[in-house]
Amino acid sequence: MLSKYEKELLVTIWEKMSLKAEDIGSDALFRMFTVFPKTKTYFAHIDISPRSPHLLSHGKKIILAIARGARNIDSLTTTLAPLSALHAYHLRIHPTNFKLLSHCLLVTLATEMSDEFTPAAHAATDKFLSAFSAVLAEKYR
Amino acid sequence: MVEWSASERSTITSLWGKINVAEIGPQALARVLIVYPWTQRYFGKFGDLSNAAAIQGNAKVAAHGKVVLGALEKAVKNMDDVKGTYSKLSQLHNEKLNVDPDNFRLLGDCLTIVLATKLGAGFPAEIQAVWQKFVAVVVSALSKQYF
Ligand code: HEM
Ligand code: HEM
Repeated sequence: MLSKYEKELLVTIWEKMSLKAEDIGSDALFRMFTVFPKTKTYFAHIDISPRSPHLLSHGKKIILAIARGARNIDSLTTTLAPLSALHAYHLRIHPTNFKLLSHCLLVTLATEMSDEFTPAAHAATDKFLSAFSAVLAEKYR
Repeated sequence: MVEWSASERSTITSLWGKINVAEIGPQALARVLIVYPWTQRYFGKFGDLSNAAAIQGNAKVAAHGKVVLGALEKAVKNMDDVKGTYSKLSQLHNEKLNVDPDNFRLLGDCLTIVLATKLGAGFPAEIQAVWQKFVAVVVSALSKQYF
C-alpha cells in the first residue's frame, strides 16, 4: 500500500525523470542487458547497442509509460491495459524479467538522484514498480 | 567453482577501495529494513525499528551494518573460496538465526543501490555487472549450509 505522501513523491520523481526520459530509460535498459544478458533475447530484432537510436527511443517510451502510471496510481489496471495486453499476448515476456528491469531502474535512479534517492524514495519506488509489473503481467494466464 | 577474470578481480578490488565501510554498511542494512519490512523479524533485539527515521538513527543497526560489511571484506579478499570463507556464517544464519536465505539477495540489492547513490557516474553498467556477479556468489555461499 502506498501512502498519500509516497504517491506524491512518486509523481515528483517521475516527472523529473520524464525531462530526460531518453537518457534515464536507455541507461536502465543498457544496465539490464549488461547485468542480465538473457534479457537481450527479447530484443534480438532491434539494435540495442549503447546510445543507438532504438535504445534511446525505447528508453524514452518506458520512462514516459512509468510516469503516466505514477500520475494514475489508483487506476493502474485501466491505465496500463493496452501495455499489459501487449506484453502478455504479443511479446510474451517471461514475468521474472520485470524484476530485473525494475532493479536496474532503481540503480539508474540511485546514480542519477544520489542522496535524494533516500530510503523513503527507494521504498516507494520499489513498491510502485512491483505494482506496475504485476499489472503488466496480470493478463498472462 | 566461480571463475574470475583478471579484470573482474581488479574491478572488485578497486570498487571495494572506494567503499567507506562505516557509511555504506549502516545505510545498506537500514535500507533493507525500510524497503523490505519483513526483514525486521530477525532484529527484535535491536530496539526501535518503527519507522524509517528510527531505523536510520538506531545505533545497533549502524553497528551491525559495519559487521556485515566486515564479513563482505573477507569475501573480497578470498574471491576464489567464498564458499569456504562463509561456511560457518552460513551455518549460523541457518541453524541459529533461522534467517530465510531469500533475504540475502534483498540485502545485496540494497547494498548495490546504496553504492549507486554514492558513486553515480562511477557506477556504470559494466561495473554493476561485475559487482552483481560478486554479490550473487556471496548470496549463494551464504545459502550453502541450508538443507
Ligand atoms: C517496468 C516495466 C516495463 C515497462 C514500463 C515497459 C514499457 C514498454 C513500452 C511503453 C513499450 C512500447 C509499447 C508501444 O510501442 O506501444 C514496450 C515494448 C516492449 N517491451 Fe516493455 N516494458 C516493461 C518491461 C519489459 C521487460 C521486462 C521486457 C523484456 C525483458 C520488455 C520487452 C519489451 C519489448 C521487446 C518491446 C517491443 C520493443 C520493440 O519492438 O520496439 N518490456 N515496453
Ligand atoms: C550479505 C549478507 C550478509 C552477511 C555478509 C551477514 C553477515 C553477518 C555477520 C558477520 C554476523 C555476525 C555473526 C557473529 O556474531 O558471529 C551476522 C549476524 C546476524 N545476521 Fe547476518 N549477514 C547477511 C545477511 C543477513 C540478512 C539478510 C539477515 C536477515 C534479514 C541477517 C540477519 C542476521 C542476524 C539477526 C544476526 C545476529 C545479529 C545480532 O543479534 O547481533 N543477516 N550476519
